[in-house]
Amino acid sequence: MSRTGLTERIREEAARLLADGTVDVVIGFEQGSLPLRATPCFARDAADAGRLVWNAFCGNNLSRYIRRFDKRVGIVVKGCDTRSIVELIKENQVQRDNLVIIGVPCDGMVDEGILQGLCKGREILSVEEGDGVLVVTDAGRTMRIPRDECLHQGCRVCTQRNPVIHDILAGEPVQEQPGDTYRDVAGFAAAPPDARWARITGEMDRCIRCYACRDACPLCYCANCFVDATMPQWVGKSVGGSDTLSFHLMRSLHLAGRCVECGACERACPMGVDIRTLHRKVSSDVAGLFGYKPGMSLSEPAPLSRFEPDDPEDFMTGGSPCAE
Amino acid sequence: MRGVNEMSAVRLGKGDVAGFLEGLLADWTVVAPVMHDGIVSFRAITSGTEADLDYSNSAQSPKGVVLPQVETLLSCPCSSPEGEDVVEHTPEPGRVVLFGVRPCDARGIGFLDRVFGEGANGDNYYASRRESLLVVSLGCSHPLATCFCTTTGGGPFSTEGSDLIMAEHGDEYIVFAVTENGATFLSRHGLSKAAESAVQAVLSAAETSVAEMQPRVGLSILKGSLDGSFDAAAWNTLTEKCVGCGVCTYVCPTCHCFDIVDEVSGGSRVRNRIWDSCQFPCFTRQASGFDPRPTYRERYRQRFMHKFSFCTDRYGTPGCVGCGRCVTECPVNLDIRRIMAFFSEKRGEE
Repeated sequence: MSRTGLTERIREEAARLLADGTVDVVIGFEQGSLPLRATPCFARDAADAGRLVWNAFCGNNLSRYIRRFDKRVGIVVKGCDTRSIVELIKENQVQRDNLVIIGVPCDGMVDEGILQGLCKGREILSVEEGDGVLVVTDAGRTMRIPRDECLHQGCRVCTQRNPVIHDILAGEPVQEQPGDTYRDVAGFAAAPPDARWARITGEMDRCIRCYACRDACPLCYCANCFVDATMPQWVGKSVGGSDTLSFHLMRSLHLAGRCVECGACERACPMGVDIRTLHRKVSSDVAGLFGYKPGMSLSEPAPLSRFEPDDPEDFMTGGSPCAE
Repeated sequence: MRGVNEMSAVRLGKGDVAGFLEGLLADWTVVAPVMHDGIVSFRAITSGTEADLDYSNSAQSPKGVVLPQVETLLSCPCSSPEGEDVVEHTPEPGRVVLFGVRPCDARGIGFLDRVFGEGANGDNYYASRRESLLVVSLGCSHPLATCFCTTTGGGPFSTEGSDLIMAEHGDEYIVFAVTENGATFLSRHGLSKAAESAVQAVLSAAETSVAEMQPRVGLSILKGSLDGSFDAAAWNTLTEKCVGCGVCTYVCPTCHCFDIVDEVSGGSRVRNRIWDSCQFPCFTRQASGFDPRPTYRERYRQRFMHKFSFCTDRYGTPGCVGCGRCVTECPVNLDIRRIMAFFSEKRGEE
């Protein structure tokens, strides 16, 4: 189904859900104020629903917002976003019955940074989506760029483009990509500890601790994040040193077995910090140790909330399977 | 270009910039735009070739030159008895030139001067850094669609906060002195005088560039509207998409709120001044646990009203220079210009 078709379908479904009182609000996307941005939209009536869109820039994970509502909520979501909803339901953060999930089969979201890189600093004035291509106009020229070459890194290795759960499916299911081998982090995983440390510290040196990564993350919902605690204060507030690292390392471990790799954190970062590699590595460890992939099933217990006699315990008895 | 000395304008060939900066490095710390890992940042350079003036704007503003994100105010060894051996860390930056900043960011420093530098409450840490700073700005021949400097009282060739301002002219920059410090600097560096025709050409181009950026809203209308809108229901919907991160405040050239934090570092107790953000939950949470700004709604409103109402009351100028960074970097595209337009048009009636 074309983009226009998806947009029309989402608008129709949202308008219907709002009109018949099934939901009080539909959380979707509308065109943003910039050519490369779609922006969250909270539609409450038919006129609002008419503003909803679907395009290559619907990168935000809107499930971030659903915990704010205690009533019936409609939400427009990609495959990865439904995985985070699954985790939120399993963690008793939202009631499945309160949600009307409008799932959109996704063929990957476009990385604004890649397009801007191709335009070499010239400002992008407009982007139109054609069949598998993006027609990008900057201050100097118009270019036709294959869509697949502009996708976010996370989208390139995504194995769940179709919604895991949904009430309404907007559009035909898309072909899933091959199963995840974590080969994109194989090089990082195989590097000696010193090299991995240098890579992570090098990235985190750019962090300005604005916490956009945390605040964009659907699963970072702690009422009091450990970095905000003052009695006791677990982490110092300085930048560029162990405090920054502590934040990212603790956050990545807190998301172990929960992170669905939607990429919301990395897209939110204003400094281009590669947060993804760290989370991907932890995900590959969870997959290797527990055979668990977050957000794929409402019934499968989360690895850190169950115990099996044959759970790997090498980390207690010496050796580190994670380093393999 | 207000206040520039046309007669003493000099030329600096684009190809000569690296050599010029290299020559400064003997006596100056040169902070310039540097491209690294795909983003542009202001950094102290070690070689003239590192500076990259072919940029639109940096990811973060250069305000850290006068207000570092983390600044140690005091320290004492952990081994010392309480209250003894306390050292005050007054900055001694030497001579620093901030080279190639955009006029909006130079105005940002001009704004911070009003907050930290003036009157009986002048901040000596800020003053130490500011007094040793020379600001060389680079006028904007090609403002971005996200720029709105003229709306907040500036412009693509605004000279406020600058000691010198450069304007592109073909393969050279025409450099104008704005302040006496700037004129003295120019007189010591033996750059050749700019051709009269070039000076007139860039002045005329600057005027055109300013005229092409019509202000989006009237600041006094906006302020009048805001002053009656503190409890407007519209804040609920306007701010609903905010996720409560601190991006807007940390990329902003004028946001200046900080926290004073005592930490232990390398065997010393240190008292640091660290940027804080009104968007964070800890910013207004009181000892009792009560928070007068409990959600993104009150926090966003605070930032917006601080910029366009409270700062105007206090400093006679808005706390926004229209650089557009918060527009570009907000993870959810909560565009401050739309909020400005809303209150200007609605005049607070909602």
